[in-house]
Amino acid sequence: MPLLYTKNLRREFGGVIAVSDVNFEVMKNSITGLIGPNGAGKTTLFNNITGLDFPTKGNVFFKGEDITELPAYKITRIGIARTFQNIRLFREMTVFENVMIGRHFRGNHPKLSRNRLVNFALGMVNLKMEEKDIYENSIKWLDFFNLLPFRDEYAKNLPYGRQRELEIARALATEPDLLFLDEPAAGMNPQETEELMATIRKIRDLGVTVVLIEHDMKLVMNICDTITVLNYGQKIAEGTPGQIQNNKDVIEAYLGKSDD
Amino acid sequence: MLDFILLIVIYIIIYSISSLGLNLIVGYTGMLSLCQAAFMGIGAYSTAVLMTAGHMDFWLALLSSGAIAALCGILIGIPTLRLRGDYLAIATLGFGEIVKNVILNWDSVTKGPMGINGIPGPSLFGYTFTSMEKLPWLFLLLFFLAATYMLIRVMIRSRVGRALEAIREDEIAASAMGINIAKYKVGVFTTGAFCGGLAGSFFAAYSQSVAPLTFDFMMSIMILCMVVLGGLGNSFATVIGTVLIVIASELPRLLGISHIIPAQMNQILFGFILVFMMIYRPQGIIGRIKLNYGKMMKDEILHMER
Amino acid sequence: MDLFNIPANELIQHLINGLTLGAIYSLIALGYTMVYGILKFINFAHGEILMLGTYSGYFLYYMLCDPTKGGSYVIIAFAVSLLFAMIISAILGITIERIAYKPLRKAPRLAPLLSAIGVSIILMNLASLMFGTKSKKFDYPFDNTPIHFGDASITPNQIMILVVGLIMMVSLKLFVDRSRLGKAMRATSENQAVAALMGINVNSIISLTFAIGSALAAVAGILIAMEFKVYPTMGQLAGLKAFIAAVVGGIGNITGAMVGGILLGLLETFGVVIIGIPQGLKDTIAFSVLIIILLVKPSGLLIKNRREKV
Repeated sequence: MPLLYTKNLRREFGGVIAVSDVNFEVMKNSITGLIGPNGAGKTTLFNNITGLDFPTKGNVFFKGEDITELPAYKITRIGIARTFQNIRLFREMTVFENVMIGRHFRGNHPKLSRNRLVNFALGMVNLKMEEKDIYENSIKWLDFFNLLPFRDEYAKNLPYGRQRELEIARALATEPDLLFLDEPAAGMNPQETEELMATIRKIRDLGVTVVLIEHDMKLVMNICDTITVLNYGQKIAEGTPGQIQNNKDVIEAYLGKSDD
Repeated sequence: MLDFILLIVIYIIIYSISSLGLNLIVGYTGMLSLCQAAFMGIGAYSTAVLMTAGHMDFWLALLSSGAIAALCGILIGIPTLRLRGDYLAIATLGFGEIVKNVILNWDSVTKGPMGINGIPGPSLFGYTFTSMEKLPWLFLLLFFLAATYMLIRVMIRSRVGRALEAIREDEIAASAMGINIAKYKVGVFTTGAFCGGLAGSFFAAYSQSVAPLTFDFMMSIMILCMVVLGGLGNSFATVIGTVLIVIASELPRLLGISHIIPAQMNQILFGFILVFMMIYRPQGIIGRIKLNYGKMMKDEILHMER
Repeated sequence: MDLFNIPANELIQHLINGLTLGAIYSLIALGYTMVYGILKFINFAHGEILMLGTYSGYFLYYMLCDPTKGGSYVIIAFAVSLLFAMIISAILGITIERIAYKPLRKAPRLAPLLSAIGVSIILMNLASLMFGTKSKKFDYPFDNTPIHFGDASITPNQIMILVVGLIMMVSLKLFVDRSRLGKAMRATSENQAVAALMGINVNSIISLTFAIGSALAAVAGILIAMEFKVYPTMGQLAGLKAFIAAVVGGIGNITGAMVGGILLGLLETFGVVIIGIPQGLKDTIAFSVLIIILLVKPSGLLIKNRREKV
C-alpha cells in the first residue's frame, strides 16, 4: 500500500477546476516527482494534501488513515512536512531559531509526561530538558546542511540558495516521514542544483519519503523513482522517468499538439 | 503635591498591568485589540458588584474579576481569532460598545449611569487599604506589577515566546511547522484580558467607586498608545510608554492649567502618537527587543551541564 | 397577513424604516469595501470623513440660506451644499490616504490600521474642539410632512434617502463594471503589481477609490443629519455598523456592501419590533450579526469561501 494517496481529489475555485479527480500515489521510501506546465494544479494539490487548503471533493489517505479534514498543524504532527514555492522563512528570526520552530511540537523529551501542564507542575527542570532536546536536534539539522556557521544570522540575510536549504532543514526538524518540496531548485545555479540533488538523495537515505514539484527536468529525471504529470488539473501520466520521457501525452502537454 | 505624585504613580502601576497584557496581544503576537478598557471595565464592575452586593473578600473578588474578564476574552476570541487580524479589531471595537451598553442598561446589577460607590478597601493581615494612605497601596500594586512582568517574561523567554514570534511573522509557515495557531492566539488574548481584568479590579478597589463611562473606547486607545509609544513587543518599553502617557495626560492637572487645556487635546495627542510612530518610528521609542533564543538556550544548557 | 402578530400596515411601516436605515448603511459600507478591496485594510477614519463632510455641508447650507423659510432657493442651496460636502470629503479622503496610509503600504499589516485609528481620533476630537460637542439640527430643505397611505406613512426625506441611495449605488455599480476607470479599479484590487505592469497608475486609482468612497460617505452623512443630527461622534457608530454591513455582504465586494447594508438595516428595525430587543441594546444587534457571520460564513454572504493563497 502506498504511504500516501489521494482518491478522486478535486478542488474547484468558483467555477475553475484547479485539480480534477486526481489519484496520486506516493510509495514509501521513494522520491516522487510531480511535474506539469504552469497552472497545472501542482501547488494546489500540495496545499490540499498538507491542510493549507481543503478539497471540494475526494480524500487524502496517509498511512491508511483519512487525513482530508485535518488542519495544517495536525498534518505536520502526524509526519508530513513541506516547503513553499516562494520561500516562507521566518525572515526576522535567526537561522537557528527557524529550525527550533520546526521542532516546536516535538520538544517533548521521552522521559516527560505527555501532558504539558503536568510537566510544568513538575517544575522548570523538565521544561529545560525539553529545550535541551530542541537545541541538540536543531544543531543536528543545521549541521546536516552545513548551516552551522550561519546559525545566528537572520534568515533574510542568507543567500537565496541557503534560504532554500534552511527551509528544508526547518521542515526536516519536524521529523517527517514524508517531505513535500515545492520547486526546491527554483532560482538555483547549476552547481547548487547539483548539490541539491545529492542532498535530496541523502534525505531519502535517512528514511524520509520525498515528493517534489520541479521544473528542472534534469533534476527530476535524475533523482525521481516515479513521476506523475498533471495538466489542466488532470493526471495525464505516471511512471518511471524513462516511461514519462517517451509518453506521447506528456510531450504534447509540454510542446503543444502538432497540427499534422 | 507628594500625594498627587503618589496618585500618578499608582495610576501608572494599575495601567501598566493592563498595558503589559495588551502588549502581549498587540506587540508580541501582532493582533490588534481595541477593547482593553472594556476588559478593565469588566474587572472593575465584577469587583464592585462582588464586594458590595456579594460581600466577597477582595482577594477572591480580584481573582474572580480576572477570570470573568478572561472568560469574555475567550468568548470573543474563539469566533474571531481563526480569521484575519482586521476582524479582531472590529469585533473588539464592537465588544467595547456592548460592554458599555450593558453596564449602562443592566440597572439591577450595575446601577446604570449612577455607578457603584462604597466599595470597601482590601485588607491584608488585619490592615485595611484605603485611598487615603497611598504608600501601602503603592507597594501592594508594585508587587502585582512585578508578578505580571515576571510571568510575561518567563512566558516570552520560553518556547511559547518563540512560537508567538513565528506566528507574528508568518501564520501559514507557523502552522506548517505544527504550531496550533488558534490555540496560541486565544491563549494570548485570554491572558491579556485577564491582566486587564486585574487592573480593573485594582482600579475599582483603589477608587472605591466605579462609573460606567470611565472604561470607554478612548481609554482603550490610551492603553494602545502606551504600548505603541514604548515599543511593540517589549515589556520594559511598555512600562516606559505607560509612564509617559499617564504623565502626559495628568500634566495639565499637575501644572494647574487643566482649565485652559481642553480634554480633547489629550486625545488628539494620542492620535498623533499613533500616526507619527507608525510612519517615523514603528518600533517605538525604545524598540522591540529581539531575543536570541539560540544563544539563550546555549547558555542555559552550558549552565545545566556544569 | 399577520406575521408574528404584527398587522400588515405596521409591517410595511417597519419595512420602510428598515430600508431607509439600510440604504444609509449601504452608502457608508461602499467606502469601506472599496478601500478594503484595493488596500486590504480597514479605513478606520471613514466615519470621521463622513462627519467632517457633513459639517462642511451643514455650514455652507446655513450660510447660503435660511431653511425654515422654504422655497426653491433652499432646495438649490441644499443641492449645492450636498455637492460641496461630497467634494470636501473626497479631498479629505485623498489627503488622509496620501499622508497617513501611503507611507505604510509596505509596512506590516498592523501599521496602517494603527495609523488609521490615530487619524480617526484626531479628526473626531478636532471637530469637537472646533464645532463643540453639542449636536446641531439640520433642517429639511422641503416640507417633511409624512405622506399617508393606508395606516402606514413615509416621509419625503425617507423617499429621498431611498431614491438617492438607489441612484448612487446603481451608478457606482455601472461605473465599476462598465467604465475604463472602473475596470482599472477592479484590476488594481485583483493584483496591484500586474495592474501596474499593464500601465495602470495604481496611485491615482487608489486616490480615486478614496475619493468615491468618501463622497458617498458625505451623502450618507447629510442624509443621517436630516433624520437625526450633526455631532462630532456621528461617524463612529454609523461607521462601525456600516463596516459590519460590508463584512456581512462580503468585504471587498461592492454588491455585497449594498446587500449587507440593507440587510442590517432591516435586521435592526425588525430586531426591535419582532424579537423585542430593548432600545438601549439595539446597537448590540449589529455586533451579534457580526459574530454570527464570522462563525458561520466569515467570507460574507456574497463571496465564495476562499483561503489565503500560498
